[in-house]
Amino acid sequence: MRFFRGSSKQAVVPAVPQKLTRRSSGMGEIARLLNSQDGLCVLDLGSTSANNIRFLTGKGHKNYSEDLLRSSLDPALRIQDGGGNSIIDSKKFLEENLVYPNNHFDIVLCWNLPDYMEENLVKPTIDRLWSVLKPGGLLLAFFHTRDAGPDSICYRYHVNGTDMLEMQEVKFAAPGHSEKRSPRLQRVFNNRHIENLFRDFASIKFFLARDAIREVLVVR
Amino acid sequence: METAQSQEGAKIGKSVLIKGELSGSEDLYVDGNVEGKIELRNHSLTIGPNGKVKADISAKSVVIQGKLEGTVNATERVELLKSAIMNGDVITQRIAIEEGASLKGKVDIQKETGKAASPGSS
Repeated sequence: MRFFRGSSKQAVVPAVPQKLTRRSSGMGEIARLLNSQDGLCVLDLGSTSANNIRFLTGKGHKNYSEDLLRSSLDPALRIQDGGGNSIIDSKKFLEENLVYPNNHFDIVLCWNLPDYMEENLVKPTIDRLWSVLKPGGLLLAFFHTRDAGPDSICYRYHVNGTDMLEMQEVKFAAPGHSEKRSPRLQRVFNNRHIENLFRDFASIKFFLARDAIREVLVVR
Repeated sequence: METAQSQEGAKIGKSVLIKGELSGSEDLYVDGNVEGKIELRNHSLTIGPNGKVKADISAKSVVIQGKLEGTVNATERVELLKSAIMNGDVITQRIAIEEGASLKGKVDIQKETGKAASPGSS
């Protein structure tokens, strides 16, 4: 059976990870800020990206990296809730992650983190991000729309100073497993959920893209 | 990629655990456990794939293949290879990060020192 168009003879699959690009209006606004000022404090919450570190430090900004999704997989963070279900201890998670002084960052690149984090971590994490952002600071987050489907690929994003982002599939090996898999989309937020999530922030701007992604640019 | 272990210099094997302050005037390869502080000034430190280091590090260059928790201050360069897991800040002139490496912390790129300050700068 053939699932794809083309010759039935198997082509050799390239070993190089596939990188795609997408235009991001939210990133466009942040890129303008990054290109017009220097010495900004930027927190990147995606998987470690040499590209992002190189670009940001090359522009004279201070770059902080923290792969929160990977950190949330630490089995030592898991506890049992009242119903005997295994959940992540959000208090312990925030004792070990996002530990920065208040009002520290000008920009937080949150990417698609809320869509892939476990439910009980999302709100405490956003609250912590509010605290570490400076008043007037910007946060960029991506949310899938309902059209994305549960098996939508989790990407990391590489910046280049324009509104174009390079995308690369994220794969983790779960603790105790050797096989790497793309994290699973946990839920789909609607507009009201997103507004609630960021209700403590000063303003929120939505950009609807064609690839079933809703971009959100939030001002602290 | 070239193996990070140097042919010359000292080596701390993977069954060794050291707690305290390490300083030296030759290159060092750590494939064991070190907790404390490492000062190599004009020499290089390599943390091998089995290395687990909890220490603040001062060296000319630092190559990380294993796990490091602590601040790295390298006068020349820092290299994180694909198996590197680093939790701490990096202060250096140049940094290279291989695909797959994990860094949690700040990267502070220092401009080369020794050049004359520009006119008017304090």
